[in-house]
Amino acid sequence: MNRLISLLVISAGLIASGCSDIEPWVKPYERDRLADPIMSFSRDPVSSSYLHHVYQAREGARGAEGGQGGGCGCN
Amino acid sequence: MNIVKAIIILASLAISNVSLAAAIGGSASDFTLKSRAGKNVKLSEYRGDVVMINFWASWCGPCRQEMPALEQLYKKYQDLGFVILGVNLDEDSSKAANLLQKIPVSFPILYDNTKKVSTQYDVKAMPTTFLVDRDGKLRYVHKAYKPGYELKYAKEIKTLVRE
Amino acid sequence: MLAVLKVVRAVAVVVTRFYITACTALLLLLPLVARSAILPEDRADLLYHSYDGGGVTIEGPSILVRKQVGDSFSVSGNYYVDSVTSASIDVITTASPYNEERTEYSASMDYLRDNVTISTAYTQSEENDFKAKSLHLGISQEIFGGLTTVTLGYSRGWDTVGRLGDPAFAEDVDRENYRISVSQILTKNLLMELGVETITDEGFLNNPYRQVRYLSTSPRGYDYEEEVYPNTRTSNSLALRAKYYLPYRAALHGEYRFFTDTWGIDANTFEIGYTHPFRDNWIFDFKVRSYKQNSADFYNDLFPFQGAQNFLARDKELSTFSSLSIGFGVSYEVNKKFLNFIDRGSINFSINNIQFDYDDFRDVRVSATPGTEPLYSFDANVIQLFVSLWY
Repeated sequence: MNRLISLLVISAGLIASGCSDIEPWVKPYERDRLADPIMSFSRDPVSSSYLHHVYQAREGARGAEGGQGGGCGCN
Repeated sequence: MNIVKAIIILASLAISNVSLAAAIGGSASDFTLKSRAGKNVKLSEYRGDVVMINFWASWCGPCRQEMPALEQLYKKYQDLGFVILGVNLDEDSSKAANLLQKIPVSFPILYDNTKKVSTQYDVKAMPTTFLVDRDGKLRYVHKAYKPGYELKYAKEIKTLVRE
Repeated sequence: MLAVLKVVRAVAVVVTRFYITACTALLLLLPLVARSAILPEDRADLLYHSYDGGGVTIEGPSILVRKQVGDSFSVSGNYYVDSVTSASIDVITTASPYNEERTEYSASMDYLRDNVTISTAYTQSEENDFKAKSLHLGISQEIFGGLTTVTLGYSRGWDTVGRLGDPAFAEDVDRENYRISVSQILTKNLLMELGVETITDEGFLNNPYRQVRYLSTSPRGYDYEEEVYPNTRTSNSLALRAKYYLPYRAALHGEYRFFTDTWGIDANTFEIGYTHPFRDNWIFDFKVRSYKQNSADFYNDLFPFQGAQNFLARDKELSTFSSLSIGFGVSYEVNKKFLNFIDRGSINFSINNIQFDYDDFRDVRVSATPGTEPLYSFDANVIQLFVSLWY
């Protein structure tokens, strides 16, 4: 089970490097909608982190509350 | 198991990320786009001048950062036979117009809202800047923009303008 | 269902163990295929927050300032205060109402170099009987032509738990968080994100004031004793979220999170949201969130006798309960330049109403035969009013 997991993770990395020649199917200049602030998972970080704190303080569950990505893909 | 891991890691390190470069040295493909003045503009009209084609959009932060630097380059080298064509890729051209009110530039702005020319030029980053020489050949390409790139542009423009 | 949970738990334990090896391998491979990104934008936010429900009111400011420094760094600082007035059900039944203030400071720095964004942050909070410090590290990279963003994160926390009226009491808690998230652009209208987070706590994990009740021969039928928690807790969360752009300019949001831990708590969170811009300056947000958890293995509202188990808990946070939140927000954007250096600003208001319904936590303010008191429920209103400035 342990070997399987680590093999999977390393293969994922291998695939990621080998597949660098896959053409992005959404071109950089087609990302205007994704760059729109309304498409951000946390448009107002101060507000979202406060709300996460409200829930975390009263619930048993915690974690996996947000990340980053999407956006304009510039540079 | 450790040896297998090591081999996999080394093998993947050897696989290099070959970025598909634009065809440097080849002819820059001709295109016709409407400018913000309303006229149709053709790339081939500028044969004999050094042309910088800059692909940008209003929603792209680095593009906005780059604009004032491009304006400075345009003002400086304009009289030596240099022009910048700012190809805008906004779906909604009014957004580009709004931005240009806040960051005014004097070089021609062309609207490519159908993304025809950006596909033709295989634009892979926002922004992307191409430099075309007086014979219409593609000489330099720059993907992305970081403060300081304009110094590279200036060097290349000086070289091309002297030809 | 039980088999699925067992498998998930087995995977979670294995993933936890191999995080370091796996993450190192991934980090070695990523730089070859990545593109660079951009630093977070410069902004300042001034928030007033208010929570009112279940006999508790908490309000205060949260101020955040972020600025890019040079080409590669972005720094931010946050000041946050909770002013608590508590007459909650736990407090009313076993203690007396109190006022308290918690202050939290944090500072962060993001470094962007070629292909990688490295984030570091430090947070410190203090109240009269609890101190916490934590350090956060993150590394983020765009791959697949920028369509995929992989983020790895690690946090380390150190808490010191105190007890009012007992100056000698000082217990420690050590925390570690491991996070991985993958964000994927699927189409020009659809963005998805998968996140996994493992958290381990070790130390004094219970509350030094809270008590559990057990059946007894006293006049009211029950008595109290101190709660006893295990001194370790490992939890795993897996979340999947998506955002979809609607052609007339609006966004749909969906989210699901599964949680499980070594205390026996499993929880499911569902959320859907809709963001609707109106004219040029207005944005409206609507949100519904449903949360459901089952109780910890050692939780009981009423234990059969004193010292019935090795571990004893009656914290409603560890009980079987569900909550439903409905939220509404409005934002007005001011697109003018002012004071020379400010590009634009916005004024924002939001309100969330959260309804809590407990399935095995009883309202002991009501006198009844122990174990037949009504199940507890309450609702809370969370209000936020804030101003944001971009420069």
